[in-house]
Parts: sequence; structure tokens; C-alpha cells
Amino acid sequence: MELTRRDAVAALAALGGAGSATYGYSRLRDDGPDSTPPSDDHVRETMSATAEIVYPSELSGIAAFVEEFVDARLAEDDDHAAGIREAVTILDEHSQTWYDQSFADLSADTRETALEGLGADVADEDPDGSTAERVRYYVVNELLLALYSSPTGGTLVGIENPQGHPGGIQSYQRGPNGLE
Amino acid sequence: MDRTPVPDADVCVVGAGPAGGLVADQLAGDYDVVVLDAGPRFDFEDRPERQERAIRPFYGRPDIWEMGGPRDDHTASGEWSYPLNHARVKGIGGSTLHWQGMVMRLHEDDFNSGSTRGVGPDWPIDYEDLRPYYPDAERELGVAGASDNPYGPPREQPYPMPAFPPSYSDSLFAEACEELGIDMHSVPNARNSESYDGRSQCVGYGTCQPVCPSGAKYDATVHIDSAEQQGATVIDRAPVQYLEHGPDQIEAAVYATPDGETHTQSAEVFVLACGGVETPRLLLLSASETYPDGLANTSGAVGRYFMDHLFAGTGGVLDGETRQNHVGFYTSSSQQFYDEANEEFAPLKLEFFNYDGPSPVEMALSGEDWGDDLLERLREGYGNHLGIGALVEQRPQEASYIGLAEDQTDDHGNPVPDVHWTVDDRALRTIERANEIQTEILSELGAEITWQVGPEETGPAYHHMGTTRMGTDPTDSVVDSTGRTHDLQNCWIASSSVFPTGGAVNPTLTIAALALRTADHIDRALGETSTR
Repeated sequence: MELTRRDAVAALAALGGAGSATYGYSRLRDDGPDSTPPSDDHVRETMSATAEIVYPSELSGIAAFVEEFVDARLAEDDDHAAGIREAVTILDEHSQTWYDQSFADLSADTRETALEGLGADVADEDPDGSTAERVRYYVVNELLLALYSSPTGGTLVGIENPQGHPGGIQSYQRGPNGLE
Repeated sequence: MDRTPVPDADVCVVGAGPAGGLVADQLAGDYDVVVLDAGPRFDFEDRPERQERAIRPFYGRPDIWEMGGPRDDHTASGEWSYPLNHARVKGIGGSTLHWQGMVMRLHEDDFNSGSTRGVGPDWPIDYEDLRPYYPDAERELGVAGASDNPYGPPREQPYPMPAFPPSYSDSLFAEACEELGIDMHSVPNARNSESYDGRSQCVGYGTCQPVCPSGAKYDATVHIDSAEQQGATVIDRAPVQYLEHGPDQIEAAVYATPDGETHTQSAEVFVLACGGVETPRLLLLSASETYPDGLANTSGAVGRYFMDHLFAGTGGVLDGETRQNHVGFYTSSSQQFYDEANEEFAPLKLEFFNYDGPSPVEMALSGEDWGDDLLERLREGYGNHLGIGALVEQRPQEASYIGLAEDQTDDHGNPVPDVHWTVDDRALRTIERANEIQTEILSELGAEITWQVGPEETGPAYHHMGTTRMGTDPTDSVVDSTGRTHDLQNCWIASSSVFPTGGAVNPTLTIAALALRTADHIDRALGETSTR
């Protein structure tokens, strides 16, 4: 199944350009990385590289989808966008330490190992939490939220109007074979 | 923003939820109205972000509308715990910002529970007294419904909008219910099935509870906006600390503002509309030498008889798709068992869910897997759930009450509310009865039962009722049949806190009808004052 930029626009329509940081929670931690924030291109590249791991293999068109979604989230230039950039830096620092490469340059297998090594697979999301919890919030769950609140992501699971998507009031009436 | 008092106000409304909003809207055309609310004015444009909070696992229910912290602290000294900040929203719009939007009329016998069922007092008004106000309330809120409920109270006028059509899962339930002789019918929603009152048709976001990003679900900002357009002044983040009063009337509401100042708002008339918890709390906080047990509390009933509706539910899985979680509201109900109520069993109504089982996007954010493994888990977890809920009436009991905590204060040094909630055996028995019916329907469908909320697991539906009950006798009730307090001639209460008994339908339509009726009485009272 192919993801499109249109799916990303649909996800953004539901979630807004930015995350939930505009009124409070996501105060960035003082002990975050000291380095210069990554460029938007690098964030986009890193998020796409992560999506290749956390999205199911039967999807195509991932890069265009992620690009559209991430660009809009970063464009808000708020705490949430800063949180995404910071989490990307955390990922890079981790992969530089262990593999001497930035995260996006790692092979797919190594990227998955790196995410697991960081603990992002078992961590609960928390915008103010540990490095693993922040990567889970701003990178892994950011991408999963975009996918599974979109019609294409929902359809993979059997729900063409997933929670968060304004898909109208017809689909709830339809049966499994499209019958009302 | 200017949060100073309005000079020469005629009406001061405390609370900007549906009751306060409707009263303010009704009176703002003819009187100088000021509305004070403890919470903020939320920006409509932030709703997508609030929806994201609703989906993300990090955030709890109180986080969505910024409940919690010292302003909202509370205790629960009763036998049953009560998650108060899950149950309410402070701010312009009040708890309608997070409600589900189900709006049914009380049944005729609900107004005469004492004489017809042998439980609790009769209301001092009958269904016929409120009947003219129900269609007005349905028009004001914008209700989508159909006159197909053979067990509902009489009605003549059609709903303002057509009912939402039944869901696919309703059709599954319908087959089983037909076999069992159980009648299903549509359910009235305060949610636009078509464009209404300048608000859009429901677009199916599926997060009605706790946030509707489209505005298709009614919330009380509708009437607050309308009141403001007519000249009312609405002051947010202005928690009323106490009510200055003489022996017969309230003189002023003393409120705090975020800059640390305290202001005094005078008015001819005061309308307390801050819900079934904060309304009695404010009266208790306003105790004086004249009213040592709390303002308007000669009866001793302020805060007493706290009731909620109790939830009963049963769910399971089918060998087949059930198409859940496309929308966040339900479309079919059954009130067939409602009026079987007596001393032994309470009224109950059944709700056929369209949102049982997990939402895939919420599941996706909470696992320890991703990629193909996650997709497999989502496919296994989603798709074949079915559930039936029920609401059950709770008997009014003096021992169930809202009081003031003895050892905890809020951010202004006032004792926080103490929810001392107890539940009666009749309600628990009725929950078992609801479970039996639910199990029967699901078994007829061939479902494997996977969850049940029975008497041991039940919890509140977040409908706060009874704490300033209405009655004719000033020795055992707080307000009269118009909503005016027995003790103070210029103090009205618009809230489910005036319900003497609760019935088993969601209370907001009755709150709205009573608010419209109370506004009429206030209008008459102010007219009499001005012509003296």
C-alpha cells in the first residue's frame, strides 16, 4: 500500500501543524544536547530513516509522506518542533558513540539495533523524560501517530476513518463489505 | 484583559458552562449581565492539539483541558473514591468541552420517584412543567434525534435535526435484540447531523469525548459567545471566593484574578451555575454569622444527597468485523427497562457502543513493537469487539455529600471540595440486572464475553446531581421550584445540583431546560423589581 503526501496532509489536518506543546507540557530539559540544532533537511532524513524501521514493510512512499508531515511540524517553530530537533540530536549522538556514524547513515538493521539500544522500543513516551522517552515521544510515536491517524494507515488495520481523522459520518454505517 | 467588575450589573452568573451560558444568553438582551468563571477562555484553534493529547498515551484526561494542580485539588473521604478532575472542566464552556453530548429527556416518573417508585422525594415540578422548555433546550443545543423511542416521555415536536443513522454494529445488535424481544431506538445527540446554527456537520474525528475539533458537538461557548454579542461581559480566570450577603440577599461575589487582585462584583441577582460540586462548595465557603452552616443552608441540605449515574457494561468479541471506533458517539439505545423501576430496582438505559475495544492509533503508541510486528498486533487487536453500556440511577442519600476538606486548601487558601460518595444497594442490584441483559444480548450474538463492569467495578458517569436539591419545604431543600434559594431572594441556582433525584438519562438536556425556565423566572423577578 502506498503512502502519499495527501495522507500526510490528512494527518496534519487532524493533528495540527504542531504537537501538543503550545500550552505547557513540553518545556525542554536543561540537560539536553549542547550541539547546534540539526537542519530541517537532516531532521527530515532522520525521521524518514526511522520511519523505514517503525512503519510496516508493505508500505511504499514513506519518504514523501514523512517529508510533508515533518516539514509542517517543524514549520511551527515551537517547543514541539524544538523537541523533534533535540530528539534527532539524541539519536545522532547515540549512533556516533556506538557506530561512529549519524543515525540516518546506518544500515536498516543497525538503525533498529540503535533504537533498541537507546531503549526507544520499550520506553513510554514522555516529552520531558529520559532520552529514550523523548525519542519515543518526538520520533517513534510522532511517526506512528502520523501514520495510524491517516486513512492509509488506518486502512492497513481495517479502519478507513481512524480516530483523529475527519473522515465523515458514512464509514461507521458501512459493514465489512462496504454495505450499509 | 480587563477583569474589573462591571458597574451597575443586573445579573451576575457564576460559571460559564451550559446552565450559566444559557441563563446569560437569555437575559443579556435586556439586562446588564456579567459572567465569572474560574477557568480560562480556551482558543478554538488549539483543539487539534488537544485532540493529539487525547490520543497520545502520555496525557491523562485532566490534561486535555488543563485540569489539576492547586486550583483543582480535592479529597475523597467517602467509601467510594471519586476522580473529580476527570469529571469536569473549568473554563468558558465548562464540562461541555469534554462531554459526549448525549441528550435525553427525563421520564415522567422521574419527577415523581417518591410516589411512583417509593424512592427519594418527588420533584416540586412535573414533566408537564418542564415540557415546554425541553423543545427549546433541544433547539438551543442543536439536537439530532428521531421520535422512535416508544419508552420515552411524550413529545410533539420533531428534533431540530434528523437522527444519526444507526451504525453497522447497531445492525448486529438489532438481530439479537429482535430475537430477545428487546426494542432498540435512536438516541438524541447534541451533535450536528447536518450544519446547524453556524456550526459544521459532524466530520467523524472520533474523539468527541474529550474534544471535538470541528465544533459539531455542542458546547456552551455557543451561548457564552451569543451572550457576549448581546452585551454581556465574561470574565475568565476569576474564581469566586465567597458571596457577600445580608440575611435576605447576596450583595456581591468576591473573585480573584490572575494578577493577585481581589474584586467585588455587585448585582441585583446572582445565578450560581458552577455545577454539582463547586456550587455547594461556594455556598459552604460563604458561611457567616447569619448562616453558620453555609449560605442558603438553613435546611442543612447544601452539599447533601450527592448523586451520580453509575456505569454498567459488558463487552466481548465476535467471529467477524464489528467496525468500531469510526465515531466517538453511540447511535442506538434501549429504554425498554427504564420504567420497570421500583423500590428494588432503579431506572436503567442501555447504550449500544460504536467504540468498543481498542482504537488502533492509541494501541500503536503504547506497545513495545513497531514495523510488521506492530501491524500484526494491531490487526489482531482491532476489529471484532462489541460492547453495551448502561446508566443506572443512584438513590439520593444524606450520607453521600460534597463537603469542605478539613486539612487541604486550594491556591487561594480555601478548603478544597471533599467528595464523600456512597452508593446504595438498589443501584448495585440494578447494575447486576443491566449486566444480565447485556450478557443475554451478547450471548445471542454468539460473542465471547471478555469484559464486564459490574457492581464491584462500577464507577461514576461524571454527572454531579442533588447537592442543592429543589423542593417546596425550606426545611429539607435548598431551592424552590423556580430555582431560587429559599433563604435568599436574589439567589438562583441553575445546575443539576437542583435535581432531587437523578433518573437514568444523561442530565444536560434537563439542566438546559431548567436553566431556560429559571431565566424566565429571573426575568419576571427583575421586571417586578424595576416596576416597584
